[in-house]
Amino acid sequence: MSNELLQYEIARPGAASAGAHSQPEAKFGASPLRSLPPPQAVGVNDATRPLPRRPRRSRPRCDFQPLASVDAPLIHALPSLGFVFTTSVGVDHIDLAECARRGIAVANAGTIFSRDVADYALGLLVDVLLRVSASDRYIRRGLWPIAGDFPPGRKLGGKRVGIVGLGSIGSEIAKRLEAFGCSISYFSRNKKPLFPYTYFPTVCDLAAESDVLVIACALTEETHHIIDKDVMLALGKDGIIINVGRGPLVDEAELVKHLIQGKIGGAGLDVFEHEPAVPEELFRMDNVVLSSHQAVLTIESSNDLVELAMENLEAFFSNRPLLTPVHGTT
Amino acid sequence: MESLGVLLTFPMNAYLESELARRCKLFRLWESPPERRQEFIRSNAAAIRAIVGNSHAGADADTIDALPKLEIVSSFSVGLDKVDLDKCRERGIRVTNTPDVLTEDVADLAIGLTIALLRRICVTDRFVRSGAWATQGDYRLTTRVLGCQKKLCYLENLGFGNPIKFNGKTIGIIGLGRIGMSVAKRAEAFGCPISYYSRSEKPNTGYKYYSNLLDLASNCHVLIVACPLTDETRHIVNRDVLDALGPKGVLVNIGRGPHVDEPELVAALREGRLGGAALDVYEHEPHVPEELFGMDNVVLVPHIGSATNETRDAMADLVLQNLEAHVMNKPLLTPVV
Repeated sequence: MSNELLQYEIARPGAASAGAHSQPEAKFGASPLRSLPPPQAVGVNDATRPLPRRPRRSRPRCDFQPLASVDAPLIHALPSLGFVFTTSVGVDHIDLAECARRGIAVANAGTIFSRDVADYALGLLVDVLLRVSASDRYIRRGLWPIAGDFPPGRKLGGKRVGIVGLGSIGSEIAKRLEAFGCSISYFSRNKKPLFPYTYFPTVCDLAAESDVLVIACALTEETHHIIDKDVMLALGKDGIIINVGRGPLVDEAELVKHLIQGKIGGAGLDVFEHEPAVPEELFRMDNVVLSSHQAVLTIESSNDLVELAMENLEAFFSNRPLLTPVHGTT
Repeated sequence: MESLGVLLTFPMNAYLESELARRCKLFRLWESPPERRQEFIRSNAAAIRAIVGNSHAGADADTIDALPKLEIVSSFSVGLDKVDLDKCRERGIRVTNTPDVLTEDVADLAIGLTIALLRRICVTDRFVRSGAWATQGDYRLTTRVLGCQKKLCYLENLGFGNPIKFNGKTIGIIGLGRIGMSVAKRAEAFGCPISYYSRSEKPNTGYKYYSNLLDLASNCHVLIVACPLTDETRHIVNRDVLDALGPKGVLVNIGRGPHVDEPELVAALREGRLGGAALDVYEHEPHVPEELFGMDNVVLVPHIGSATNETRDAMADLVLQNLEAHVMNKPLLTPVV
């Protein structure tokens, strides 16, 4: 059985030129697929590389799906598919149940991005509290000589930080925050006795005892909108929300309302419910920092990711255990 | 303290100003236009026994000479580069500053600036606010599989302004005092090895010491300025140091603007000889070289180290407590002279 790895050009609708592609590549779309030999492995790029596919449902202000989904229809269209590798940590865009049913192995990025995401979460938090991006804008607009000193921000030390999801990323975030003099507590599906942090059985309880919430959990059916109106109320009007998980973990419409009404203190958001659409009300706010889903992105990690992808593919094709298998699949 | 005449050089903090107005006899220097200031000082000289200054406006030789009754300078800052310390010693004038209470804020900022710079946080925030993410998509981030030869794939990542990993990068700190140590402790939590340059080696730090700043700059990824500004440290970051830091290195200045030769810094950035810079301070605040405004490998903030409400209140309290102690002939809390 030949091991064929097909290359797929990830085209961005609306982009004038995706650059020259001199390699023979197959466009990933409904009709071209039928003329190709069925692939046995599919590499899926995450987040900001949308696939031009027929949308399953229309989204407001968004022409394309932000994630390249490996859903049931796609799986059915690929009878020889044995392995899916996703360049992300999140697997909410993959129908794991269908993969399990079909005996398709799934691997993800494992923990290679955990430290980079943790660094980014700290960067977002310091930015929101000390107003780094806001005051950078102030200088670049030429306002410092005209309008005087920028208004002060808020101290990070001594803040109570609640981490939602104490996995690989959450624990790296906690380690960093301790060095800044923050006190750490967390909510997780299960208590983690090896960590010295205070556990709360619900996110609301966590929010009530926190000044900052950092969202670092996986997106599942259970965690959709886990940060809702009640949590925001419990967090309070000075509370800060940092989201480096997935957009749908937060009820975005409620968050925007709370920010507009001054019922929440600020937010650092790397992810949004309908990427790349971002509620425009946020553009005028100085107490939010907006980022285009890049908490994992560094040049160095991209190289690590290539290696990991190749090692997983080689393992699959040589019948060896995958390096970063996703649990719940073969 | 009602009889204490205090010259406040700058409207640095509303709480401090209102307390001084309430408890002392307050003279606000900025209320007279610059050309009338010497006259303002002279005409109130008989009453002024204290100066409260900051990093913008302190107590220089001329001001001290014009105030024969001056007894104490209580600076709303830890840096004393704007206070003529020799003159104060000569005249027997006491000097206090605000150490410790602002150490953590400044260290937090140093790390925050470094992450913002390396990971391009401000750049991406600008990108999102421009609306470009929604309309143009990720034009700036392309990951393409270029070729597949045998078992190797070459992936070209045209990262957004080349975001660079922070964890594990070597941090070089100029000055391992309170702020430098605080920066080091934070950076360690990110798995960053720490080295430093200082007038003398500090015992038992576990950090690598360089007795030569050029060697430190050549051997670190992120060079952070955290020493006091003195005659010796003026322009300590000069062209040679910037070149040693190089196109893969970045400078973070949370010290004072004059620590860095600013025209040389701008040239190094313009010519790509330096990888990037995150600056909280500038040679001629509030003026920032406009050439920097168009650069994505630069983060510019307006002297906000220590600028949190909590810390500013703590600094104000320290200034007031020092003045009170002086008036009551008690030991000063944070004397420098």
